Amino acid sequence: MKMTVKTLTMAVVIGALQTLSAAEITGKVKLTGTAPAEKDIPLDANCGKVQPKKITTRHYVVGADSGLANVFVWIKEGVTKKGDAPADGPLLDQAGCEYQPYVLGVQVGQKFKVRNSDPLMHNVNATAVVNKGFNFAQVTKGQVNEKTFDKQEVLVRFKCDVHPWMFAYVGVVDHGFFSVTDKDGNFKIAGLPAGKYTVEAYHLKAGKSTQEITVTDSDKKEANFTLSVPAAQ
Amino acid sequence: MTRSTDNRWLSRYATLTAAVTLVLICVGGVVTSRGAGMSVPDWPTTYGYNMFFFPFSKWVGGIFYEHSHRLVASLVGLMTVALAVWLWMKEARAWLRWLGVAAVVLVVLQGVLGGLRVTALKDELGIFHATLAQMFFVLVSAVALFTSRWWREATPGRDGTGLRQVFAMATAMIVTQLVLGATMRHQHAGLAIPDFPAAYGKVWPAMDVESVARYNQLRSEVVAANPITAAQIGLQMAHRLGAVLILLVVLWAARASWRALGMGSPLTKLSLAWLALIVAQAALGAATIWTNKSADIATAHVGVGALTLVTGVLLTLAAYRCLVAAPSAVNALAQAGRSEREAELPA
Repeated sequence: MKMTVKTLTMAVVIGALQTLSAAEITGKVKLTGTAPAEKDIPLDANCGKVQPKKITTRHYVVGADSGLANVFVWIKEGVTKKGDAPADGPLLDQAGCEYQPYVLGVQVGQKFKVRNSDPLMHNVNATAVVNKGFNFAQVTKGQVNEKTFDKQEVLVRFKCDVHPWMFAYVGVVDHGFFSVTDKDGNFKIAGLPAGKYTVEAYHLKAGKSTQEITVTDSDKKEANFTLSVPAAQ
Repeated sequence: MTRSTDNRWLSRYATLTAAVTLVLICVGGVVTSRGAGMSVPDWPTTYGYNMFFFPFSKWVGGIFYEHSHRLVASLVGLMTVALAVWLWMKEARAWLRWLGVAAVVLVVLQGVLGGLRVTALKDELGIFHATLAQMFFVLVSAVALFTSRWWREATPGRDGTGLRQVFAMATAMIVTQLVLGATMRHQHAGLAIPDFPAAYGKVWPAMDVESVARYNQLRSEVVAANPITAAQIGLQMAHRLGAVLILLVVLWAARASWRALGMGSPLTKLSLAWLALIVAQAALGAATIWTNKSADIATAHVGVGALTLVTGVLLTLAAYRCLVAAPSAVNALAQAGRSEREAELPA
């Protein structure tokens, strides 16, 4: 019994030390150039009843100080300790005939939830390329299904074929060091061991940008990215 | 059981089956145009229901199109079985009876392919499904022609070796064009080239990795569409070139028929109708791009495409039925061309 308490205490101390000594990369992704206007989405009659707002495409969601939302920021190279996926996975919700969030990150093997919050039928069609895709029905409000992916793939598109304007993306990474920018373009990747990393910011329309960053224990580094609206020619 | 080659109602029924098949192709076209093919994730059930008892209240959004497609497909399946049985019982020509059996095999295979497209999540199967649909339409239409009074009473007459060949060649080109079209549509990538007659503002678009990445970035999709690839751009360019070639060859065929057989010939009339269909099809192809692949226009493009194929096949079969191949005679095409050249020479 004494042995067990001692072992547990040591594990907690080591865990706490690791957390304290872990580095963190924060930053902001900005957009330069004028983003094209988003297009209105014509909802069908059923979705019109559950979605009172006018909704649009979400190709460029730009917030304060030109911060670009929905950018998938992840450590592309340099991670040696991949770690176990957290048991509590994120949620991809279908609410008001829209996917929320538009971009989501999960770890390989991590269970994540897909929920239908609408009082109507959706199908969930993951059109994966590297992973095995799936397509299942969610017919009742509140239905939740748990899914996992077993290979790294940035990004897997999810879509509803009942309502073809509904689509979203899930970044699947074989470690836990990723983030999605918030409405103002901010991100944070925490818990990094000391090392040299390649950080990539990937946006479906504005493209990608990478930076080499070296962190030591408990470093708090800043990495800002600038992505551009592509020129027409 | 009395068998005969004169089965008027059987011929009418075969024509009806072909017409319903065209409707089915159009409904299938709507499903692909609206991106609704996967809206019913299970097969042969529909959201767990026996498909014939799926409640109408649940026919919403993309489900309406996909489920309608399944039901019309079931109707065509039943009609085909009935056609094969009718042929077996009443048709005197054994080869035609076996064509009925082949139609049943094809329609079953087509149904299974459609189901696998859904359950196996394979876009590629959609290409075979779309192509086989056209082949089935051709087969049933051919059965309608073979059982017709015209076919029975037609007697080989005038020399037409060249005409037969040009009809067959144009029809083969249309088959290739339809396979290209099916491959483009079943990539589910929207328009690989969004402008016409230019292609990304050029005669031939850039297809390098950077350019294709930029095309994808510049797209503003309202509905989910796969990213376009260089291969898809190449496919669309080949489809455009194919359309020009087909237009020229069918124009040549209609002109040759007119010169060789005269305006009163049914073959000439049908070849002119064929030319009109090809012109309409080309216009619909252009409109598909100009409307950013509007579902109705794109579906009309599929339907008229099927009609151009069937018209070509029927015309070729009819030409082989009523024109003779006379090895000693100069073929009609060459004759037409030479007469023209001779007329242009100074005396």
